[in-house]
Amino acid sequence: MNPLNLLFQVADSFAFIVLAAVGLAVIFGMMGVINLGHGEFIMVGAYGTTLTANAGLPLPLAMALGVLVTAVMGFVIERTVVQHLYDRLLDSMVATWALGLILTQGARILFGNSIPQVSTPLGYIQYGPYSYSTYRVLLAVIALLVLLGLYLVFTRTEFGIRARATIQNPDTAQALGVNTERMYTSTFVVGSGLAGLTGALYAPTLTVVPGMGSSFLVEAFISVVIGGPSVLLGTTLSGGLLGVINSLFTNLYGTFFGQIAMLLTAIVAIRILGDGLTGLANDIRDRLEGE
Amino acid sequence: MDDHASSSRRSFLAAGGTVAATALGGCLTSGGSGSDTLKLGIIEDRSGNFALNGTPKYQASMLAIEELNEEGGILGNEIETFTPDPQSDNQRYQQLTRQAINEENVDALWAGYSSATRETIRPIIDQNEQLYFYTTQYEGGVCDSYTFCMGATARQQLGSVLPYMVENFGSDIYTIAADYNFGQLSADWVRVLADENDANVIGEEFIPLSVTDFGSTINNIQEADPDFVMALLVGANHTSFWSQRTSAGLDIPMGTSTVMAQGYQHKRLDAPAMANVYGGFNYMEEVPTDRNQEFVERFYEKFPDADYINEEAVNNYFSIKMYAQAAEAVGSTNQADIIEELENGMDISAPEGDISLQGPVHHMTHNMRVFRCDEEHNITVEDERKIPEQFLSETVGCDLTENEMTTQYTPADYYDEADTTQ
Repeated sequence: MNPLNLLFQVADSFAFIVLAAVGLAVIFGMMGVINLGHGEFIMVGAYGTTLTANAGLPLPLAMALGVLVTAVMGFVIERTVVQHLYDRLLDSMVATWALGLILTQGARILFGNSIPQVSTPLGYIQYGPYSYSTYRVLLAVIALLVLLGLYLVFTRTEFGIRARATIQNPDTAQALGVNTERMYTSTFVVGSGLAGLTGALYAPTLTVVPGMGSSFLVEAFISVVIGGPSVLLGTTLSGGLLGVINSLFTNLYGTFFGQIAMLLTAIVAIRILGDGLTGLANDIRDRLEGE
Repeated sequence: MDDHASSSRRSFLAAGGTVAATALGGCLTSGGSGSDTLKLGIIEDRSGNFALNGTPKYQASMLAIEELNEEGGILGNEIETFTPDPQSDNQRYQQLTRQAINEENVDALWAGYSSATRETIRPIIDQNEQLYFYTTQYEGGVCDSYTFCMGATARQQLGSVLPYMVENFGSDIYTIAADYNFGQLSADWVRVLADENDANVIGEEFIPLSVTDFGSTINNIQEADPDFVMALLVGANHTSFWSQRTSAGLDIPMGTSTVMAQGYQHKRLDAPAMANVYGGFNYMEEVPTDRNQEFVERFYEKFPDADYINEEAVNNYFSIKMYAQAAEAVGSTNQADIIEELENGMDISAPEGDISLQGPVHHMTHNMRVFRCDEEHNITVEDERKIPEQFLSETVGCDLTENEMTTQYTPADYYDEADTTQ
């Protein structure tokens, strides 16, 4: 096994898992809503990007538009559907799942079974007999930047403080003058925008078709479940752990075993760690502080 | 088959359908398969995973039926259709197949894209002795008294492109294939054909249909350093491989039987994703003959917004015409009579060229071509020859005129190279 190959593949898996999960994690972690239409939100981002890039817009600008379109769609969906379903976990799951179906079929009706794809930019890195796509390496860097950005937003801005107050105790937050309803809407829009970003970033590397959202779902859900309640720490840790396991087994035994290993890890992690990796990290921190 | 029992069962069902239609509709204009109409079932995916491949099949079928109706129908009867959308869902396929046979009383059935779908509905077809046309290119080996496989088999598709690749690029082959029955059996055929052409399979990788990331696969290919790759990838997720191989700089020539002609990747992906891909197919829209150009024009005249005419679409088209030819020849729409007529063999003038039905095995001798895609995604024909179905006819010895059968044979039963259990 070539160590550079493995390194690139770990970075690649990490980026895919983190970016697939982060929008879902924000909406679930902050609002307790499981967005089963998450994959389709990603699809909307990819469509927004590909269609505008095909219309002649430079790729980075097209990506920004893809994010914007998804965020606006998130806003509309939150105002019309999701806001009525807070504290109704199962109802919100059914509703968002239905929205996902509508989005998939809507994309098919509007744009057909497929649209012309955008090619992957930036060429490749050559090392010995091997080569790796530069753009995919860049995705790992972007995944890290997204996590860092979220950390700063939720810890260093007034929005972040209000958002966290709303999650911890909405009644008290409201008593202190926080417009909790607006916070929920903003959080849903941020989560949707992040899903749109994932779609925008992966549009040049994957096949953009109406059903593409499903290819993100497994990784996203496993990552959120293993990650546990803390959005950022959980997503980072599970992205790292699953990324290493997936790429190691893929590298050694092929793609099939990479996927099996990831699912087995999820089973073991859920069985042993009730609160996911975040819970484990907190336990370790408490123990260290206790000593 | 008991003709009498079969036809009286059908009459009973037709009568039942008529009664039901009368009861429901209050009046009856033309219910079921009456005396002056006949009904064809066209169950092709227009939504779900296979929508991209199924939609052209549906469109080409409608074109064939429209053309036949304009010429006065079959035996003077106008053709009616039963065309629900199975939504790429195998359970729905089962339900619709039962509906087509038992309620709609179709005279012939075209249905299904994947081998998994075909195998899901084949027991229902066989149980009801329903004349059925399966038109996708497939792994081969189906020897079934009621099923006519109109697509080229893996031995025909790979048998045209693999020898060409060995001759032009060298003898070391790396196979990547979708990890289900079609991909596994096609990879077996690569091994058998490699052996027949003095080549070696130096690496093999099976990829689950859900995989979208091919970084490690690309590295594995680079490590093995083959002369060419046989890429037997299937579905939307696997399409990501092509742009990923370009962006990773993997420039080894690729042979295939599963992309371009079915999912028109050379039209959908940005060039040069499909550069230096060589496919063995019986048809692509780009076949440079006058007859085909005329067909393409007629197709787009009827469906101006259609995306592409894929390999399977023309298989639907010519097989509907072939059915009509058989019905006219035998002077009846009785399914048993038509099957018997088809088993005598038949010459067909198809958009791909003049081809013929091999009656005893229910498969086609196809006009197989090697299509090359260049850097600008232009398609050229590099090689062309007629290749008959050989596995059932020569190796297995399937003869449906002699024995009634409903079996699928696999290469591992007959070739050491294909037997991975050793």
